[in-house]
Amino acid sequence: MNKLNFLQPDKNNLYSYLFTGVILVSLSIFIVFLNSFFSLDLLSFLPGTISFFLPLIIGFMGLHLIRIEYSGLKFLDVVNKNINTNSFNAFLSLLIIFVVIKSLPPLLSWFILDASIAGDSKDVCTGTGACWTYIKIWFNRFMYGMYPNAEQWRINLSFIALAFLGTIGFFATEKFKKYLTLYYVVVYPIIAFFFIFFFISGGPIFFDFSYGIIAAVLSIIIGFFIPPKFKMYYFIIVPITLYILLKYVFFYEELIELGKLEALEWVETGAWGGLSLTFIVSFFCLIFCFPIGLFLSLGRRSDFPIIKYISIGMIEFWRGVPLITVLFMSSVMFPMFLPEDMFIDKLVRVIIAISLFEAAYVAEVIRGGLQALPRGQYDAAKSLGMGYWKMHILVILPQALKLVIPGIANTFLALVKDTPLIFVVGLLEIVGMLNLAKTNPEWLGFAMEGYVFASVLFFIICYAMSKYSYNLEQKYKTER
Amino acid sequence: MENRGITFGYGFLSQESSFDVQFSLIEFDGSHSYFRAYLVGLLNTILVSVIGIIFATIIGIVVGIARLSNNYLIKRTAAVYVEFFRNIPLLLQIFFWYFAALRALPLPQDAEPMFGVFFLTIKGFFVPAFVWNNLDIFIYSLIAAVISIIFIRIYARKKQEKDGVQTPVLSISIGLLLILPILSFLFGGVDTSIEVPVIKQLSQSGFTYEGGIKLPPELISLALALSLYTATFIAECVRAGVQGVSKGQKEAAASIGLTPNQVLKLVVMPQALRIIIPPTTNQYLNLTKNSSLAAAIAYPDLVLVFAGTALMQTGRAIEIVSITMLTYLSLSISISIFMNWYNKKIAIKEK
Repeated sequence: MNKLNFLQPDKNNLYSYLFTGVILVSLSIFIVFLNSFFSLDLLSFLPGTISFFLPLIIGFMGLHLIRIEYSGLKFLDVVNKNINTNSFNAFLSLLIIFVVIKSLPPLLSWFILDASIAGDSKDVCTGTGACWTYIKIWFNRFMYGMYPNAEQWRINLSFIALAFLGTIGFFATEKFKKYLTLYYVVVYPIIAFFFIFFFISGGPIFFDFSYGIIAAVLSIIIGFFIPPKFKMYYFIIVPITLYILLKYVFFYEELIELGKLEALEWVETGAWGGLSLTFIVSFFCLIFCFPIGLFLSLGRRSDFPIIKYISIGMIEFWRGVPLITVLFMSSVMFPMFLPEDMFIDKLVRVIIAISLFEAAYVAEVIRGGLQALPRGQYDAAKSLGMGYWKMHILVILPQALKLVIPGIANTFLALVKDTPLIFVVGLLEIVGMLNLAKTNPEWLGFAMEGYVFASVLFFIICYAMSKYSYNLEQKYKTER
Repeated sequence: MENRGITFGYGFLSQESSFDVQFSLIEFDGSHSYFRAYLVGLLNTILVSVIGIIFATIIGIVVGIARLSNNYLIKRTAAVYVEFFRNIPLLLQIFFWYFAALRALPLPQDAEPMFGVFFLTIKGFFVPAFVWNNLDIFIYSLIAAVISIIFIRIYARKKQEKDGVQTPVLSISIGLLLILPILSFLFGGVDTSIEVPVIKQLSQSGFTYEGGIKLPPELISLALALSLYTATFIAECVRAGVQGVSKGQKEAAASIGLTPNQVLKLVVMPQALRIIIPPTTNQYLNLTKNSSLAAAIAYPDLVLVFAGTALMQTGRAIEIVSITMLTYLSLSISISIFMNWYNKKIAIKEK
């Protein structure tokens, strides 16, 4: 048998070193485990500081002994390579393991073991753990804000319907694939708006813009009988004419009468709130900020000085100020510039403000993609006789947007995370509702539970979004 | 606007403001002007931004390097930290620290001193303060040290270009930064003593600390949330930067006989910094703009003091909101001009 040198473990006495090392490491972990889960201190006979550091020293010695390169044991090699490459790494690994073991029992006890969820009043929360009863009782408020309880099926139904309509893309056959972009960019947002306007808000069935809908529907029907050559002009001129005719010439009085027929109870936007409001605001801001940002980024690279400098001014302005002051402006300053009888809803103002704000960031991201494309792409497109729009739509943008998927996803994530700021104008989405619930005299002292609950929700939403964007990036990745 | 009876003008700035601010770096009370209220808010914004930037940079660099570690546990821990704090809205984090975490701290009379002199209580963090004699001489000595370091650097570079001899600039700099202030203590009459906070009874159950510096809980929770949140983004910038330097560069540098330290200093860092610095500056800017969320927890920053209290008192929405926006705008535009200049300066000069 070879001599054992404990300072330099080698392969010759592999099993001796392995045996001692594993025992030492397990011993140290066992000590910390007992201490943390059963509050048993095996080392209590030693003075305080030594008993605190001893498991670390024992484990460190153990890891030193099993640090044998090319041992031939697959498991040992994997362990060594991943957590035990040198003394410093071994020390940090042990520290992390111990911190995890130490922090598990308090976390477990707070989240699950000592937490209370039964009952429906504050009195059941006597334990040292979390009071999930609080979340249970306030769940409706956190989800729907001040929306009347009896009407909440409207939100549920709209969201389920919209979620279903959103998944249509996955079921579309090859024949309809080419219309998907149109569907998602134009049709789907309009459907969503109708759902939210008529269903969640319970708006009057006919009101001013219902003329617009009728005009659009009529013009589409007539559109089938128009020769394709004139279609482009037709779709610009006819709807506007129809709209003006309908509103000011034909059915003015009758439609107003119809408008008074309200199908559902009107719920004003001030009562909306909770997670559903987060979804509504993020959804519309996402939809609006992308095209605005796209046009701003194209404008910034335009050859016309006026367009260029307006775009630069817009982008730099919105990027330079904090969102909170923008919302402040939309709530305090903006109404002053409107005619006195005009009133724009708070929610609409907020959506416009956030969309413009995020559009500036989207614009900069897309500009990065446009700049990354080689000049040859532009030249090639031009040499084929393509005009500005054709070149951008068919050649430049598909490539540029593909490059900036991660950047756009980051901006969208930032947008979702910025929605809680709408508390500035008095709209209470989930974080705002939490703060409101926290000040309720019957439910004082449960701030922690509320914030943990909201954090978990946001984490799930944002993490899912970032993973989805990563998948998208991989899907559209092409070798260049 | 006119038919609402609103007039326009910036004359109100010199009027006497009649409100008080909880926490300010310069003296302020109701008798000072609105312009001074603006300054108070601006200084508080700068204070929390600078604290946030310092801590975010430190945490960000450590976590960014940890994400590149070959130790699986360290890598995962850093990744979990980044994913977790990045995906939770900043406002929620600020609320969490302010309303949930810091509210669990002890009352002043029950607080255990940390290291004997720090007191972490529900009313704020009380730290000892330095009391200086002849502070100006001390500052002059520091300025002198910095100026001489700049000259030494220029001299060292010239010498290296001429003779190829390297001067140990770093150790000389550290030495100068230590020796000159010490000299000022020995001969310049500079003197300092530490003032430890002492507990004081205000009423039957009201206690506070006197002496030292008080950091209010608003400042702590804001700085904590800002630095933890921004650090995740800086960590990603650092990781991208270090990963962006190709392995061949390191191998090439090692093969011409540079020591590992020189490889890091002369080859890897200059290239990594070129990738790291622009997005990191952007993050600093974001942090400064995000510090306006202070208004949500009543930390008296620019938005709360000026666009909040002063606006409510004077009712001059347009002027005040425009001044506030211009302040942030000029800050970010000056930084972006600087960044464009810097990008041009460090860009690879191709022939």
